[in-house]
Amino acid sequence: MTTSLTPDAATASLAGSAGARAVARATTGVADETTPDVEIVDVTKRFGAVTAVDRMRLSISRGEFYSLLGPSGCGKTTTLRMIAGFEQPTEGEIFLDGKPIAGIPPYRRNVNTVFQHYALFPHMDVARNVGYGLRQRKVAKVEEARRVGEALALVRLAGYERRRTWEMSGGQQQRVALARALVNHPTVLLLDEPLGALDLKLRKEMQLELKALQREVGITFVYVTHDQEEALTMSDVIVVMRDGRIQQQGDPTELYECPTNRFVADFLGSSNFIAATVEGVDASSRTATVRSDRGLVLRGTVTDPAAAIAAGDAVTVATRPERLEVRPDDGAAPGAAPGWTELAGRIRQGTYLGDHSEYRVVTDLAGELIVRRQNTVGAGSALGGGPGDPVVVRWHETANLILVG
Amino acid sequence: MSASGVARPRAGRGRALIAAERMNGFIDGLFRTQAALVYAFLYLPIVVVVVFAFNANRLATIWTGFTTDWFGIALNDAVVTKSLGNSAIIAFTNAILATTFGTMAALGLQRVGKRTRQGYDVLTYISIIVPEIVIALATLVFFASTFDVVNPVLAGLTGGGKGAFKLGFGQFTIIAAHVLFNTSLVLLLVRARLSGMDRTLVEASQDLFATPWRTFRQITFPQLLPAIVAGFLLSFTFSFDDYVITSFVTGPGSTTLPIYIFGQVKRGVSPETNAVATMVLAFTVGMLLIGQAVLAWQGRRSGSRNGSMANIVTER
Repeated sequence: MTTSLTPDAATASLAGSAGARAVARATTGVADETTPDVEIVDVTKRFGAVTAVDRMRLSISRGEFYSLLGPSGCGKTTTLRMIAGFEQPTEGEIFLDGKPIAGIPPYRRNVNTVFQHYALFPHMDVARNVGYGLRQRKVAKVEEARRVGEALALVRLAGYERRRTWEMSGGQQQRVALARALVNHPTVLLLDEPLGALDLKLRKEMQLELKALQREVGITFVYVTHDQEEALTMSDVIVVMRDGRIQQQGDPTELYECPTNRFVADFLGSSNFIAATVEGVDASSRTATVRSDRGLVLRGTVTDPAAAIAAGDAVTVATRPERLEVRPDDGAAPGAAPGWTELAGRIRQGTYLGDHSEYRVVTDLAGELIVRRQNTVGAGSALGGGPGDPVVVRWHETANLILVG
Repeated sequence: MSASGVARPRAGRGRALIAAERMNGFIDGLFRTQAALVYAFLYLPIVVVVVFAFNANRLATIWTGFTTDWFGIALNDAVVTKSLGNSAIIAFTNAILATTFGTMAALGLQRVGKRTRQGYDVLTYISIIVPEIVIALATLVFFASTFDVVNPVLAGLTGGGKGAFKLGFGQFTIIAAHVLFNTSLVLLLVRARLSGMDRTLVEASQDLFATPWRTFRQITFPQLLPAIVAGFLLSFTFSFDDYVITSFVTGPGSTTLPIYIFGQVKRGVSPETNAVATMVLAFTVGMLLIGQAVLAWQGRRSGSRNGSMANIVTER
């Protein structure tokens, strides 16, 4: 049997340690491959009268990159701190590797954190910072040096062992913090907006690097961010939070293409919203026909599979600005092809943004709409004209997302 | 004609500018003179003391020639060396105790409620703000009345004979009095550093499997060390040159250097006194430089831009 395999031997190599860890897990008999790394069951956290996290339920699968996304104060950092052990849930239970972790202090949890401002120890050089966790676990000096070297190579900082952390650039400090956490082979790596302090270009670079790194080491990442683009770039699963509650979770495409409520549609990217009333529902294709307050009839997809809607219900139709098309009004007789909605309107504002231009168009039937137009043929693709010019906006019914609430 | 007519107002403006510049220059000069006078007032007396420590004349105020004899005489004077020794023992013991207690108090106060902390804050500031003479008097009264109560009991317990154990004024009382106000000083220094410390360092340490004790030893203590060193040095010098409190609670055989010097000065300033003062000055400046060097080294290690004593208090 494989019972002779010690967890230590199984985790000896950093790269590909997920597979090795699975073996270690199998030997302990506590959990198997299907056990989620972290399971949050009905967790509520209150600070006095404020409820930071409200009856949260989340299962974080092994080896995946999870992002907790939401505006500040949505409870994403509190969730992270409860997994790390810095906060205790007021109600509910968190399972790590299948075991409840209530009351276990942070230093006895096999979880490591990359802090927002790195929190590198200023009185230690890079190697001593990275080896800190290993020393607490009484890893032999030779072994420590070897693993520190490995971890630094992993974050492309080989040879930086004796550097002072505060002499390094923000991006390098970031990598040291990452190495310091990864070197311990945590079950889960928690990252608290670690790229927030970097400038845009470096941030984009680090996003791709982080994602590649996560694939390489196979450790589960839980990443907290308020930056939707960051979440879209890196995540396998995005969990959108608001006011301590999960709004929706899914892979980036699913969340962007199929937001189930107005908050998600607005927070992830941007959307045009049209208030409407349901006229008819086609349950088999999960589509509905709705009439806007100004009398515009639209057909669209009901995104929330759990939503039960009937004629007369108030809904919101969301459309993404890039799914709308705009062209100068050439005076041709209006007559839309089947499935298309065509509306006459006037430009209120046009903004040139380099790769694309954004137009705010006021229409009679749908109010103000934001239309995004890719500048594919240089300045020639600009619409020309200015505020007040008549234009025609059109979009296909597949762009209509019908949101409940 | 027309040209001069145009030029005249320009020349007028030029004159006004020159006048204004002269005025500015004059005010500038005044400030410089004032600054020079202030510094002269502060430091000239010290220079005079040092210079006359090397004066060959017995009369301290008349310069007749250069000599280093007075230093030898001072160092061979049993009274001088005894009081110097007393001062050193008292200052050192005081510094160790005050640093220990002050640091412990600072760490403890971090964990108590806001009310309790504010209460202790008031007491701490009082012990620093209250005039020294009041503390001196209070300490004297406290010790005297305590001894009045305790000594008869002790006498009863130990037989009351000649070798009976008895509490009295001396080094012990001086140290106790000094520790009292120096603890507050260390407490304030360490707390300033503690509140300026990045709390996430402690969390990061716990996150990396360090128990609370190991976190204190490996993270918190090294971060506080500059403030602790500063507290130690300051309480050493404050104790070393204290006159008021010491003079109240001193006893036979525990004369400190400031008390000795003050006694000497009453009989007129001698070059020997000047030599003693110069040595103390050199020692104090030396301590200060060592302290600064330690702090600068610590500052480099802990990444703060400038590790001076002033920074430890103000750094946040």
